[in-house]
Amino acid sequence: MSLRGAACIVGAFEHPARKAPHISTPQLHAECARAALADAGLTAADVDGYFCAGDAPGFGPMTMAEYLNLDCRHVDTTETGGSAYLVHVAHAAEAIAAGRCDVALVTMAGRPRSEPAVSAFSSAGAFTPPDQPFELPYGPAAINTYAMCAMRHMHEFGTTAEQLAWIRVAASHHAQHNPHAVFRDPVTVADVLASPVVADPLHRLDCCMNTDGGGALVIVKPEIARSLSRPLVTLRGAGEFVKHQSGGRVDLTFSGARESGCAAFAMAGVTPADIAYASVYDSFTITVLIQLEDLGFCEKGRGGAFVADGNLIAGVGRMPVNTDGGGLCNSHPAGRGGMPKIVEAVRQLRGEAHPAVQVPGCALALVHGTGGSLGSRHGSATLILERS
Amino acid sequence: MAERLITYELPADAALGLETYHAARRERRLLVPRCRACGEAHWYPRPFCPFCDSGELDWPEAAGEGTVYSFSIMRRAETPYAIAFVTLAEGPTMMANVVGCPPDDIAIGMKVRLDFQDSVAGEPFPVFTPA
Repeated sequence: MSLRGAACIVGAFEHPARKAPHISTPQLHAECARAALADAGLTAADVDGYFCAGDAPGFGPMTMAEYLNLDCRHVDTTETGGSAYLVHVAHAAEAIAAGRCDVALVTMAGRPRSEPAVSAFSSAGAFTPPDQPFELPYGPAAINTYAMCAMRHMHEFGTTAEQLAWIRVAASHHAQHNPHAVFRDPVTVADVLASPVVADPLHRLDCCMNTDGGGALVIVKPEIARSLSRPLVTLRGAGEFVKHQSGGRVDLTFSGARESGCAAFAMAGVTPADIAYASVYDSFTITVLIQLEDLGFCEKGRGGAFVADGNLIAGVGRMPVNTDGGGLCNSHPAGRGGMPKIVEAVRQLRGEAHPAVQVPGCALALVHGTGGSLGSRHGSATLILERS
Repeated sequence: MAERLITYELPADAALGLETYHAARRERRLLVPRCRACGEAHWYPRPFCPFCDSGELDWPEAAGEGTVYSFSIMRRAETPYAIAFVTLAEGPTMMANVVGCPPDDIAIGMKVRLDFQDSVAGEPFPVFTPA
């Protein structure tokens, strides 16, 4: 089923908190829901579909529908880590097209800086994931597994630490205009290279942060969207893919973006050259580089040259990426960066990004997320959104 | 040189369906499952072939030879350690530590040899040393 034109994003909100010691996680979800609905010109009474991932408390959609007092005839709890909310947008469009709901609410929130992270409605710890006894003995963490992707990319394609550093430089240039961003000082390639190596070849400034915070989206059928006063942001293409280690045939040089991006572009009937703005998951600098290649913005192996020399900086380069400062400089709520990625793309398409980073006449935007781990198993999701 | 301690404790359910593999591992032997139907070796071990879904597997002992596919040195750890993906002579690529040499000596393409390192709980886990 093509989802082209099937639904519109009419409400989008990113919570300004980056550390939230005095507010509960359910409250954060509620504040985000309220603000996204207000942005749309709707209320909780209009919602008939609800979407959440593993950051939601208790029994997920049951707990949250009760807490927010929603009457939901459709729920979806697809969990692909930080990319889940991109998948939710696509699944909301499917549900709307199938008549399962008309007004879908997606919420995410978490407080890793204020309380221990708990995967709420997963059964983490209750039984052993099958990969765990073959990996956990060796001390894998987010950074050293992503670092192995970077190391291999450098080996095969000659990618350099300087080229990766440009991704942080671009994020920092954007973040200086975002009053909510955690890191607002522009940095240079030299600053990135001078920061300590955490896991070779990645430096501290190649890494995102983890913050408290959250966000929410309201996705509705086009007839409803046209009755509201917000600029129309319509889904034009979507794709998702789970990449893993394929029974031991490990290839760290590409991601699931190869498949999810291809599917999204095919559905949208556009090419990477048509994209005016891209939100691209930036858990680490290498994540951005590999995804941009896989999405077709440049040839495989040429990502280093593509991201260098300010090419990702709005107003400077050809491909503005993460104009909110991204997970590297702005926010990475609960380690789940997909939500702010979508919110910034909506801002760009509405012309509501900060004037210093707004892409003039932005009509077509791409959002891409990688949830899980680039170096082992991850859920890739791509959205192509248009202003119509 | 000091190696990072393996503190991971094998959960009680980890060996279910993989008794042959874990019994050999406890004898410091690495078995790499190979499918009798399609002939493919796979990793991590499952009690079925992930390529053709056959339940008929052989569990031959690995030759113990591998090549570093990629690696990273965790510098922020109290004892810096090298995590790696090692491609076995049998075909599959597995996650492991490379031990027994200064981390800075490790490179992609380096030939490595199977060894075992005991965890704090006394469980031997496969690791690799320079060949």
